[in-house]
Amino acid sequence: MAELTKQGIGRVLAKQGILIAFVVFMIGFALANPRFIAVDNISGVIRSSAILGVMALGVTFVVIGGNLDLSVGSMMSFSTIVVLDLHDKIGPTLAIPAMFGLTLGLGAFIGFLVGYLKLNSLIVTLGMLSAIHGLTLTWSGGQNMDIADKSGTWFSVFGQGNIAGVPVPILIFAGLAIVLSLILSKTPFGRKVYAVGGNGKAATFSGIPRARIVFLTYLISSFCVACAGLLQASRSLGSQNTVGQGLELEVLAAVILGGASLLGGSGTIFKTVIGVLILGFIQNGLLLMGLAFYVQYVVTWVIIILAVWLDIAAKRGRLLSQIA
Amino acid sequence: MTDQTPVLRLEDIVKTFPGVRALDGVSFSVLPGEVHALMGENGAGKSTLMKVLGGILQPNEGRIFIEEEPTVMTTPVQAKAKGVVFIHQELSLADELTVAENIWLGELPLKSFGRVNWAKLYEDTNAILKTLNVGFDAKTRVGDLSIANQQMVEIARALTVDPKAVIFDEPTASLTDAEKVVLFDVISDLQSKGVGIIYISHRMEEIFKITDRISVLRDGQYRGTLNTRETDEEEVTKLMIGRSLDLSRNESHHEMGDVALEVRGLSCGKLYQDVSFNVRKGEVLGFYGLVGAGRTEIAETLFGLRDPSAGQILLNGQEVRIKSPIDAIANGISLVPEDRKGQGLVLGMNCRDNMTLPQVDDLTAGPFVSDGAEIAIFDQYRDKLDIRTPGWRQTVGNLSGGNQQKIVIGKWLSMRPEVLIVDEPTRGIDVGSKSEIHNLIRDLAAQGYAVIVISSEMPEVLHVSDRIVAMYSGKVMREFTSDEVTEDSLIQAISGITADKVA
Repeated sequence: MAELTKQGIGRVLAKQGILIAFVVFMIGFALANPRFIAVDNISGVIRSSAILGVMALGVTFVVIGGNLDLSVGSMMSFSTIVVLDLHDKIGPTLAIPAMFGLTLGLGAFIGFLVGYLKLNSLIVTLGMLSAIHGLTLTWSGGQNMDIADKSGTWFSVFGQGNIAGVPVPILIFAGLAIVLSLILSKTPFGRKVYAVGGNGKAATFSGIPRARIVFLTYLISSFCVACAGLLQASRSLGSQNTVGQGLELEVLAAVILGGASLLGGSGTIFKTVIGVLILGFIQNGLLLMGLAFYVQYVVTWVIIILAVWLDIAAKRGRLLSQIA
Repeated sequence: MTDQTPVLRLEDIVKTFPGVRALDGVSFSVLPGEVHALMGENGAGKSTLMKVLGGILQPNEGRIFIEEEPTVMTTPVQAKAKGVVFIHQELSLADELTVAENIWLGELPLKSFGRVNWAKLYEDTNAILKTLNVGFDAKTRVGDLSIANQQMVEIARALTVDPKAVIFDEPTASLTDAEKVVLFDVISDLQSKGVGIIYISHRMEEIFKITDRISVLRDGQYRGTLNTRETDEEEVTKLMIGRSLDLSRNESHHEMGDVALEVRGLSCGKLYQDVSFNVRKGEVLGFYGLVGAGRTEIAETLFGLRDPSAGQILLNGQEVRIKSPIDAIANGISLVPEDRKGQGLVLGMNCRDNMTLPQVDDLTAGPFVSDGAEIAIFDQYRDKLDIRTPGWRQTVGNLSGGNQQKIVIGKWLSMRPEVLIVDEPTRGIDVGSKSEIHNLIRDLAAQGYAVIVISSEMPEVLHVSDRIVAMYSGKVMREFTSDEVTEDSLIQAISGITADKVA
């Protein structure tokens, strides 16, 4: 009987481990510093996590489909620079769709290479990381990009506005999360993404157009990047060329922390959101505890390793094993 | 017999997992120079027993004796050191390393300063390879070897110690007939050296050809040991599944309809040439031949996975072009592929989602997949095919092989195909589920489906087919009706002998 209960607990841990870890972190930080759970602090963390979060939503599709996307950070810099530059040249009403079009074009190109030409996604997106960076620098001429009339533009509403007291970035993040979660979990397309990532061959043998599904996951990812770029540009109304640098790894960390397998076929939008929030709250908690911000880089890594290890351990039922 | 000391003896082994008694008082012994078959359906406890023997699992009760010395096995390495060696069904070799390196991996002979003693390594390896009579040497890269030869490397690895007992787990699963002969030679060689052999297999022909005794497990319990010479397939099967298996010649002939599928002069490069045949509604057409005869490739062409280089495919008298599985499905052709786990199923997905995968686009309410429509389809085919699963949420990877195969069959039946192609319908499936699948195939034909069955097992082909196409090396050698076919003529046809006579 005792053995059965132990197994039951193990199963709950394996399934909801990430959620439990999240709650434990929150309680721990709250005990260390009560300010941590103040409403304005929580709202602030979610708002600053929104950009990362929006990107992580798109990458979740790519990862479940069995691929990687390391180009999102560099692509986000591109979107930010492009929309800021075009803002003054053609006005925000045209700049926004133009930027979305260009970013989706990049996503389509990656999707074509990985989906239809079946090139390795790690190689393709790692290459695109640097290629897009070059493209961004070419566009900006290496200069920082700033909007001339910062106080006179309505463009700032996406990054700085509030609707009914809720910051717009949070609304956009939440709205996208709900829509994408429905697409992933409820539509035929979402089902096919899981099938293609879970067993691409079996998907082909079931008449699923694997190349098109992979292509679409990258298109979704680039759409999310464009949204993130819009939020970033609108929040600061000026930007360096390297604003998204390094974000690709944080995004991937959030997705993995949420429990999506890097081998594809598993993960959910909800879990990714939890992964994003854990990363955000840990960074915030460490700052509130008075640690320098660069400590968070190390701590983030430790947490990811712990999460992945516990995930594997829960699956095989013990912490260490000779046979993987 | 009784005065010999068993090389290996198990006494009342009990192994429990939470809620299950996986092994319940299993005892049996292996004598020196004996080939001892261990049989049982999937889930009967064979693999658990082997894990106990190999030190991967510890038994809750019972004892293991090696040459009557009580022994506790704690790790696979220790088991090997004591002379108990496993030849696993799934090969665990490093493709990029040489034969010698694979055999001595982890225990390479060394010189001073930790340098590998290559001369000794190759010499020792070649000495072992010589006893196995193989056509490759120590320096061959393992990735360049055929599956059969890779298996020989696994066996060679077992011979680096002086083995007392060697356990073969489904060793012939991926071997051709010629390769099996070599394997059986090696086994009889080991036998003559006084090694005790445990042979695990589903294949009755082999069991009766090479074993001395047969022990049977059912539901974790030891069901008895038979002397191979004094028993027959029926008795063994009864012991395994508690009833007998019908593998008689197919004699039922029902009303057949029009020709559903006709293939004229179909070729695909070097894979197969000038293949013509047809299959009627209500008919089971068997394809028999050796591995590599081109049967699977024909099926893949019909399913749009390969482009034919010449020839025509006609469905209900109309020529069709099939460029992708999507075209094939739209035309009513379905394929249950030979590799169930690799091609047929998404193992991490649940039963329902796997079954409805090809038609998920059509099962929508508004933009979303309709849960109700999906569950209705799953329930219908679960009942129709008698799929045993706790519910549709069960992950397919957790089902037995027979139930997995039924999910794949259900997946295509629910699409109401005109032509159903089943490639190796019972590969790796236990004997009880086998007969269920056979009956199912006959039933489908009776319901008016045109069914093509590709199989490497002669009893299976004979049992289910109305007509049999025999293939050899990419060509159709002969077509038999079930009345005229004999085992001899079929074997001749698939060995290319008929061709020689004609030529």
